[in-house]
Amino acid sequence: MLKTYTYPKFEYTPPPELASGKTLRVPAIVVGAGPVGLGAALDLQLQEIPVLILDEDDTVSIGSRGVCYAKRALEILDRYRVGDPVCDKGVSWNVGRTFFRDQEVYNFNLVPEADHHRPGMVNLQQYYLEEYMVDKADKTPHIDIRWKNKVVSVTQGEKTVTLKVETPDGFYTVETDWLVVADGARSPIRHMMGLEIEGKIFMDRFLIADVVMAADFPAERWFWFDPPFHPGQSVLLHKQADNVFRIDFQLGWDADPEEERKPEKVIPRIKAMLGDDREFELEWVSIYTFQCRRMGSFRHGRVMFVGDAAHQVSPFGARGANSGLQDTDNLGWKLKLVMDGKAPDALLDTYSAERTFAADENIMNSTRSTDFITPKSKASKTFRNAVLGLAKDHAFGRALVNSGRLSVPAFLTESALNSADADAFAGRMVPGAPMDDAPVIENGDDGWLLDKVGNQFFALYFADDPNTLDGKTIDALSNLSFGNIPVQPLVISKNPGTVPGGIPNIEDPRGVASQRYDAKHGTVYLLRPDQHVAARWRALDPAKVKAAVARATCNA
Amino acid sequence: MTPLNLEPNFREAGKRYFNAYTPGDDFYESLINTHRDLSDEQSELLNARLILILANHIGDIGVLREALTIAREGV
Repeated sequence: MLKTYTYPKFEYTPPPELASGKTLRVPAIVVGAGPVGLGAALDLQLQEIPVLILDEDDTVSIGSRGVCYAKRALEILDRYRVGDPVCDKGVSWNVGRTFFRDQEVYNFNLVPEADHHRPGMVNLQQYYLEEYMVDKADKTPHIDIRWKNKVVSVTQGEKTVTLKVETPDGFYTVETDWLVVADGARSPIRHMMGLEIEGKIFMDRFLIADVVMAADFPAERWFWFDPPFHPGQSVLLHKQADNVFRIDFQLGWDADPEEERKPEKVIPRIKAMLGDDREFELEWVSIYTFQCRRMGSFRHGRVMFVGDAAHQVSPFGARGANSGLQDTDNLGWKLKLVMDGKAPDALLDTYSAERTFAADENIMNSTRSTDFITPKSKASKTFRNAVLGLAKDHAFGRALVNSGRLSVPAFLTESALNSADADAFAGRMVPGAPMDDAPVIENGDDGWLLDKVGNQFFALYFADDPNTLDGKTIDALSNLSFGNIPVQPLVISKNPGTVPGGIPNIEDPRGVASQRYDAKHGTVYLLRPDQHVAARWRALDPAKVKAAVARATCNA
Repeated sequence: MTPLNLEPNFREAGKRYFNAYTPGDDFYESLINTHRDLSDEQSELLNARLILILANHIGDIGVLREALTIAREGV
């Protein structure tokens, strides 16, 4: 098979504890150096928590596996300072085509909504994402990655989690205050701890083939229902970096995985799809089945489960790595506040509450896509085919075609950390909403709102003119940063200028932020460190901000 | 007479949607779930009953004839 990518081999260094026999003690350990484990480590180091990562392997993901990184994940990666390489290398696509049997039923153009930094989706092989994240982690002094370090046992005490770790040179013991488990869908640690994960197995098999195309092929997403070249099943094609295309064939439950993955079986399938004339080479082939399931709680004492270890979905809609990065986005700041004694332990229960809510939404959406793509009864299939037939001519039919609803973040509207609106607001930025981006100007430079907030609480104060803010408002804003849990004030203004007293100021030159946040002069948003709305008011009242911070940190 | 509506039209009282596809998917899921564990014959009967119930609810025979025509065209 052709190779467009050379797998890095990360260096294993015998841990000093092997020779010394001493037990290492660290504040936080992440197990698993996949995208979600690395995300957890990068998030914790932004909170100034030193992190030890243990990974049993010494390279990145073998085969491309995860492909699609959605807007919210890209924004989180921006916060981790790895968004640029991912977006530079990744392939953006806007056009999607849906085929039913031998006809194109309809196509859509996901023209990205203007005035957001990141597009709806970028396609990139998972190994590139991991490579960029490892590179970033290696440059970060507070992250220590130990490759070829396999956790073989976990014991949880009241104040400590003790791990036994196997290396090529023997075993050692390490103790930690907090353990973040990102060891994937099969999660050995979940098994070691005897924890259940419940849900539904889908009786179907899929063949993934990554092929390198010799000639140009459009960067579009093509989805076939029941195509002539693969009757009765579905097929998906989309583009990744380096002219590698992902082809995903539904095979049915009775297919023989060992037989189906042989090149002599795979190549004719692809030829039937692309036509005999198109030159391509196979890069990677794999057969998969999937489950939609999650753990009852993502928190077990001092052990936090993130990503596939905690929840799994079908691949339709790209909710694996994307939702895993939203887990780490949610966890880092909470762990820091609890470690520092600034929030009660209960704040970590809200990690589980908020992320199980999101996981349920993801499982619901991916199950719905799966049921549409692979109908399991005659009635279900008849409805599916009727929808596809109607979609050609009727808008309502197109809206019902479900070939994968692409990953979007959950609106945490039910979260106990939200302060309910007391003032009237329109629009989407309700308490619990993941923040919408908007173009802003800071010190004369064009930038993005989401790059200006995050990692700590912010009070975003909307003003017409920063130069004429009254002394009382300025004092109130300044004082927010002196609380036990500091809130960084940030003024966003229609007109350029400077806020007296040194409060940072960004401009909203075209009013996009004001429009998206339904803001008027005097509107204040309290923003969480993970860029979610905690509370909002039409006027600044420091007592209300203080109460909302207390609520958002379980200190109320 | 209200013309036959062929634009996306699903919604549910008291529910707020952050994604345009959600109400249609909510309906579709309920539809498929209603058929769960039925034999093919039972499913056919369920569909017939459902059409009759909905047709009576719509009531406007002009609209229904238009829907009947479009439904037949694609078969």
